[in-house]
Amino acid sequence: MAQRAVALTGVSRLGPGLWAALVAALVIGPLGAVIWRAGGLGALGAPDLAALWFTLWQAAVSAAVSVALAIPVARALSRQRFPGRSALIALLGAPFILPVIVAVLGLLAVFGGNGLVNRLGGGLGLPRMDIYGYHGVILAHVFFNLPLATRLILQGWLAIPAERFRLAASLDAPVGRLLERPMLRRIAPGAFTVIFVICLTSFAVALTLGGGPRATTVELAIYQAFKFDFDLARAATLALVQLALGVAAALALLALSPPDGFGAGLDRLHQRWDGQGHAAKVGDFGWIALAALFLLTPLAMIVLAGLPGLFALPPEVWQAALRSLIVALGATALTLALALPLATRAGELAGLLGVAVSGLVLGTGLFLVVQPFVRPAEAALPVTLLVNALMALPFVLRILRPELDAARADFGQLAATLGITGWALWRIVLLPRLRRPLGFAAGLTAALSMGDLGVIALFADGDHATLPLQLYGLMGAYRMEAAQGAALLLLGLSLGLFWLLDRGGRADA
Amino acid sequence: MLGRTLVAGFLTASASLAAAETPVLTVYAGDYFNSEWGPGPGIEKGFEARCGCDLVFKTGDLLPRLLLEGKRTEADVVIGLTSDLTRKARDSGLFAPHGRDTSALTLPVAWADDIFLPFNYAHTAFVYDNTRVESPPTSFQELLDAPDDLRLVIQDPRSSISGLALVLWVQAIYGDGAEAAWAKLAPKIVTVTKGWSESYGLFTDGEADMVLSYTTSPAYHILAEDDLTKSAAIFPEGHYFMVELVAKLASTDTPDLADQFMDYVLTEDFQAMIPTSNWSLPAALPREKWPEGFRELPMPDKVLFYDEDAAADLRDEAIEAWRSALSR
Repeated sequence: MAQRAVALTGVSRLGPGLWAALVAALVIGPLGAVIWRAGGLGALGAPDLAALWFTLWQAAVSAAVSVALAIPVARALSRQRFPGRSALIALLGAPFILPVIVAVLGLLAVFGGNGLVNRLGGGLGLPRMDIYGYHGVILAHVFFNLPLATRLILQGWLAIPAERFRLAASLDAPVGRLLERPMLRRIAPGAFTVIFVICLTSFAVALTLGGGPRATTVELAIYQAFKFDFDLARAATLALVQLALGVAAALALLALSPPDGFGAGLDRLHQRWDGQGHAAKVGDFGWIALAALFLLTPLAMIVLAGLPGLFALPPEVWQAALRSLIVALGATALTLALALPLATRAGELAGLLGVAVSGLVLGTGLFLVVQPFVRPAEAALPVTLLVNALMALPFVLRILRPELDAARADFGQLAATLGITGWALWRIVLLPRLRRPLGFAAGLTAALSMGDLGVIALFADGDHATLPLQLYGLMGAYRMEAAQGAALLLLGLSLGLFWLLDRGGRADA
Repeated sequence: MLGRTLVAGFLTASASLAAAETPVLTVYAGDYFNSEWGPGPGIEKGFEARCGCDLVFKTGDLLPRLLLEGKRTEADVVIGLTSDLTRKARDSGLFAPHGRDTSALTLPVAWADDIFLPFNYAHTAFVYDNTRVESPPTSFQELLDAPDDLRLVIQDPRSSISGLALVLWVQAIYGDGAEAAWAKLAPKIVTVTKGWSESYGLFTDGEADMVLSYTTSPAYHILAEDDLTKSAAIFPEGHYFMVELVAKLASTDTPDLADQFMDYVLTEDFQAMIPTSNWSLPAALPREKWPEGFRELPMPDKVLFYDEDAAADLRDEAIEAWRSALSR
C-alpha cells in the first residue's frame, strides 16, 4: 500500500532522481577533479591498511554504542513528562554541534588526567582513570553522537500515532513488542548508519583521545598527503576508499530498513499509559539523569572556562560571529530547499556522500573546478554555503525521510483522490506534517554550519574568517583565555540558533 | 534616478582610477598572520609608509594553495613558509631568487638559500609550569629517564610542523637509537594532538606537565600576562631550529615592489615588530636589540638543524621510528 501511494502522489519519478544525481555530482565532480589533476590514483601501504581497519572498527563500535544507549534515553524522554523537559532535549543536542577542539577540551576537563572525575576519585582514594586509548575514542564519539541518535530515535517514538498507544492501553497490549520494536527496526539502522559515516571521517578527536598513532584514521592520512606531501593522488585514493565505505554503509541501510507500518493517526497530542509504573519511572529517570550528566558536565566546564574571556573578546571576533550567523542561516535555507525534493531513497543515498567524503578533498576539488572561472576568494561565500549544505544534508534527510514517507503513505491516496498535487500537496498535506522534523533539521543545520571550520581554508582570503577560525587563531597566538571566551560565544550562538529553529517544531514534542 | 546613477558612476570611476594609481602588492600569509594581534597590521602600516602602495594580505593555506594555483596565482610574495617543507616549494619552480644580501642575518645557523629568506625563528623546546614541575629535566637524556608520571603532550609529525620538528630533533640527537629513545618517552606521552594549539590548550588546562612548544613561548606569558610560571627546559644536546621564510613569486607582476618588500623584511623596523607580535625571534636583529623579556630568555648553546634535503630524506625514517615506538 505504501508503495502505491508513493507512485500515485509522488512528484514525477524523474524529479527526485535528477536532484539525487545533482547532489551526487557535487560530491563526485570535485573528487574527480582532484584525481584528474593528480593524473591518477596512488598506491596504499601497510600503515594505510592499519588506519583503514582502525577507522572501520572504531566507527562501527562508536555507532553501535551511541544507538544502544540512545534507545533507553529516547524511550524515557518519550514517555515521561517533567518540568524542563524540552529545554533538556534542546541542550542535549549541544555536543553534536560543537567544534572538535572545544568539545575535546570540555571532555578532558571532566575525564582527563586532571579532570573532575579524577579529582573526585582522587579525593575518595580511587585509582587514577586514564582516558587516553581506544576507550577514549569511543567515549568521545559517543559524547558527540549520542545526542543525535537520541533525537533521531525520539522522533521515531513521537511519530507513532497517539491512537496506537491509546488502543494498546485499552487492550492492555504490550507496547514494546507491538509498537516500539517495529519503530526501532525502522529507525535504528538509519541512526546507526549516519553515525557510522560521521565517525569514518573523524581525525583530531580520534587522535587526541586515542593517545597517539595507534588511533590513526584514514582522514589523518588524507590530511598528511594533502598538507605535507601535496600528494594529490594519494589523498584522492584515500578519499575514494573512505567514500566507498560510506556508500556501502548507505546501501546496507537501504536494504535493511523496512517501510513504516503504523498507518495514519489523527495527530492527537501524545498521551502515554505505558511506563508509568514505579519501576519504569525510576528506570527512565535514571537514564535521563545519566545522559544529562554525561553530556552536560563537559558543557558546563566549557561555560565556566569561557566566562572570564567572554567580555574581553577583540572586536574582530564579534565580526566573525556575525559572519558565521549569516553563513549558518544561508546554509540552512539552502539545505532545506535541497532536502525536500531529495527525501527519497535515492536522494538519501546521494546525500550520504556529503559526509562520507573528506572535507579537505572536497574543498580542493571545488577549488580546482572554480579556479579557471573566478577568483577563488570571490567564490568563498557560495562555496561555504554549498559545502555546509552538502555536509548537513545527510542528517536532514535522515530526519525528514521517515516522516515524509509516512505522510505520503498515510495521506497520499486521500490527497490524490481530492486532486491535491504539486505545490498544494506540499502546502496542505506534507509540510504541516513535517513541522517537527523540519524545525529539528533546520536547527541542526544552522548549528552545524556555525561550528564548521570550513573546507574553505583554500578559498578564504582572511577577510572572511568565521568564528571557529578566529577561535583557532586565538589559540595559535597563545590567547587561550580569549579562545575559551570565543568557544563559549560559539556554543551560545549555536545552541541559540538550534533552540530557536527547533522550538517551532518541538511545540508538541 | 539618472542623477543617482551618474553619481554612482563617477564614484566607481574615481575609485577605480585611484586603484589604478596605487599599485598593489599581494602577500599570501598563514591564517594567524593578519589578525589584529598578529604581525600583519604592523607590517602593512610600516611597508605602506615606504612604498606608496597598497599591501594586501591574503591569509589561509599557503603551500597547498600556491601549488594548486600554479602560475595563475595572484600572490607576489609569500610569507610564512617553514624550513622543513621548502623542498616541495622549490621543486615547483614557482619562486624567484630573492637576490638580497644575507650577511645581516643573525640566525644561529648559516643560511645561504638563494630563494627563501628567513624572517623569524625559534627552537623546539619542552615548556613546563615551574610551580608544578619542581625538578625539570636538564637534558634530553634526563627527560627520557624521567619517571613515567611526568606527563607530556606532543604534536603529530604527520599533521603538524612542530611535531615534525620534534621527530627530526630526536633523530638528530639519537640517530639510529631514535626508536629506542621514543620507546623510553612513550609511557610519559599522555597524548598526541593534530596541531600545536590543541597541545598548548591541554597544557594550560593542566592536562600535561610539559608540552612540546618553542624556546620563545615563555615570553608571551611574561610580556603579555605578567606570568612568570612558564619556562622552557634547555638541553645541552641541542634544540631543533625552526625558521619561517619569505619568498618572491616568479610570476609576480610587480617585481620591483616585491623586491622592496624583501628589503623591508630585513630592516630593523620590520624585525623589531616580530618578537611581540609573532612571539618568535627576529632573523636579522642582534640580541641586544631584542625587547626586554626576550633578551633574558635562556637560549640553547647548541642548535640542531637539517637542511631541506637532509630533512626530506630523513623524514619518513624519523616518523616511522616515532610511530612504531608509540604504537606498541
